[in-house]
Amino acid sequence: MKTLRFILQKEFRQISRDKTILAMMFFMPVFQLIIMPLAANFEVKNINVAYVDHDHSSYSQKLVNKIASSGYFRIIDAPLSYQSGLNLIEDGAADLVLEIPSGFERNLIREGSQKVNLSVDAINGTKSAIGGGYLLAVIADFNTSLDVNIKTPNSTVAPMQTIAVTSKNWFNPRAEYKYYMVPGILVLLLTLIGGFITALNIVREKEIGTIEQINVTPIKKWEFIVGKLVPFWIVGMIVFTLGLIVMYVVYGIFPAGSLLVLYLFAAVYLIALLGLGLLISTFADTQLQAMFIAFFFMMVFMLMSGLFTSTDSMPGWAKQLSNFTPVTHFITVVRLIVLKGSGMADVKWEFLYLIGFAIALNSLAILNYKKTN
Amino acid sequence: MKQLLVFIRKEFYHVFRDRRTLLILFGMPVAQILLFGFALSSEVKNIGITVLDNAHDINSGQIVNKVITSSYFKMQAPARSYTDIERMFKDGSVKCALIFPPNFGSDLYHTGKAQVQIIADAADPNTATTLTNYLTAIIGNYQQQLNPGAKVPYQIIPEIRQLYNEEQNGSLNFIPGVIALIFMIVSTALTSVAVVREKEMGTMEILLVSPFKPIMVLVAKAVPYLALSLINLVIILLMSVFLLDVQIRGSLILLFAESILFIITCLSLGLLISNVTNSQQTAMLISMMGLMLPTMLLTGFMFPLENMPWIFQAVSHIIPSRYYYIIVKAVMLKGLGFSYVWKETLILIGMTGALLGLALKNFKIRLS
Repeated sequence: MKTLRFILQKEFRQISRDKTILAMMFFMPVFQLIIMPLAANFEVKNINVAYVDHDHSSYSQKLVNKIASSGYFRIIDAPLSYQSGLNLIEDGAADLVLEIPSGFERNLIREGSQKVNLSVDAINGTKSAIGGGYLLAVIADFNTSLDVNIKTPNSTVAPMQTIAVTSKNWFNPRAEYKYYMVPGILVLLLTLIGGFITALNIVREKEIGTIEQINVTPIKKWEFIVGKLVPFWIVGMIVFTLGLIVMYVVYGIFPAGSLLVLYLFAAVYLIALLGLGLLISTFADTQLQAMFIAFFFMMVFMLMSGLFTSTDSMPGWAKQLSNFTPVTHFITVVRLIVLKGSGMADVKWEFLYLIGFAIALNSLAILNYKKTN
Repeated sequence: MKQLLVFIRKEFYHVFRDRRTLLILFGMPVAQILLFGFALSSEVKNIGITVLDNAHDINSGQIVNKVITSSYFKMQAPARSYTDIERMFKDGSVKCALIFPPNFGSDLYHTGKAQVQIIADAADPNTATTLTNYLTAIIGNYQQQLNPGAKVPYQIIPEIRQLYNEEQNGSLNFIPGVIALIFMIVSTALTSVAVVREKEMGTMEILLVSPFKPIMVLVAKAVPYLALSLINLVIILLMSVFLLDVQIRGSLILLFAESILFIITCLSLGLLISNVTNSQQTAMLISMMGLMLPTMLLTGFMFPLENMPWIFQAVSHIIPSRYYYIIVKAVMLKGLGFSYVWKETLILIGMTGALLGLALKNFKIRLS
């Protein structure tokens, strides 16, 4: 026990001596948590529309006005031909081109229906899907108002049975992206500290050769490992606290659920992550390798954890993979607790998952860590 | 010249000796394409949904069946009250709920009007919008079936053309971004570390006193990474075409020329970093933390630039990958020619010149 105290002392001294690492650990995450959610805003607004009106009638004008006043679209130009409309899409200036054919009004009144062409830049899937959806809704709405405006020629239309749909948005009535992103990014930063910096720190000892010196002392394996992990666990908890403060002060988001449950999860999650960091360090001989392995894991975590896209929509194998990454579970939990005020009873399974991860990763790391290389 | 070749060969040996780095070098692009392409598509499907059916009549049952058979939703246990719905939202098992009021069917039959309510979990706003749209469409479709004879007398029928992406491939957006990211990692991060390592080990001294121009040392360092980046580009393109069914619409020659330009930009940046730092760790931190993040954030492939605060948009103009991303999107996905991307190309050339100049100016022949 006494040995352990000395080791801890040494580790704390080392951490507090290295200004770069200190800044990396405390300043970077806070800075990133302030910056990143500002950038990670997937709101679809201001869809740029160019319309080509070959009809120049009062109805085509009405349709364009309706689109312009719906609030989702920005009419950027009214080119004379479809080709120049397409050029606007090629330049990236327009997201969609609406082409109203000549004879639009005449056909509408005589035949009761008329096609219009929508060309959407489909490279960006979300934008084109949501933008196209909005435009369809606007046109559908326009259709119903047409009936009122044009005198029905055949007034024998059967009475329609209509279902009125009302929709409500829970947990985020103003549909702001920050509520979704900030908790997720907080988890990501904690992951960075826990997994990444630990791995780098241990490998550095390997590279400089100081680990050899420690190995020839009568320090036991577990003492060395605990001595490495405890300081980083404390650092992680401090970073988590700083993150929650930033979340409240900068973004005005205060956890709806219990802070105690949140911290309990963070504590277990950090233990799991430190295990991962340790595991990475046993596979790498140089800091460069550790960096790359950690970076690779971070990539996978970032993409698979449901930070940006919901894991529900993934194909089966990807869903399985994301289930095997601790980040996924912790992001889910933090979002549930912070945004919906979920309690321990709601997220007990996730808790067991994380405990499992903590045990598995640490056991693997300790098995893999040899005092002699 | 012969000397240079010998040197380049030496550098190649250096790179190829380190098996693990090599694995990362080539494993990373493969893994990224797989993840981005298959796992990160913008589609929304299999979302948990619950129904609170206070009517329990034929009509509500028919609508619920429609929801069950759609691939967008995965029906969970029915809810018996609003409290139930809230609980399901809280344990994360559903993201939306459909609520039928009592007498839904009889209202529909007697008055011709009925109400139905959708509740969506708006924590994730885009998904909520999409789900609400899907459900509304399903209900609208059912309404049409109810009134087979009735046609809305006047209607405008939109015909949608999905340009550049008829099959609605959800991963198209990411591919140019992944390419840019890989180049940044390989050419910037690895190069910066490679030069600094020589400094740290003291081998730089030996190189500098050799009868070999210092500038050539840098060139020799950069060549292997240029080659590796190009191999990576080929791998990524092959995977995009054969695994992700992406069509390469534009000229391959132009694509490669622009890529080589961008790789040189990255290499210059890497050399600059290595010249101003003294330890591998600092070099890595700068290139990984200082560069990867801005690249991811401000290139425009993950996050829409137009939603960002003006300051970010301003900063994004000095990020080289932003221009490369625009070029690749135009050439590879839209099939446009040089006349569309000359501006971006010029900007990249200018940046490369500036970075190279800076790197060479900071390249000290004598080490302190």
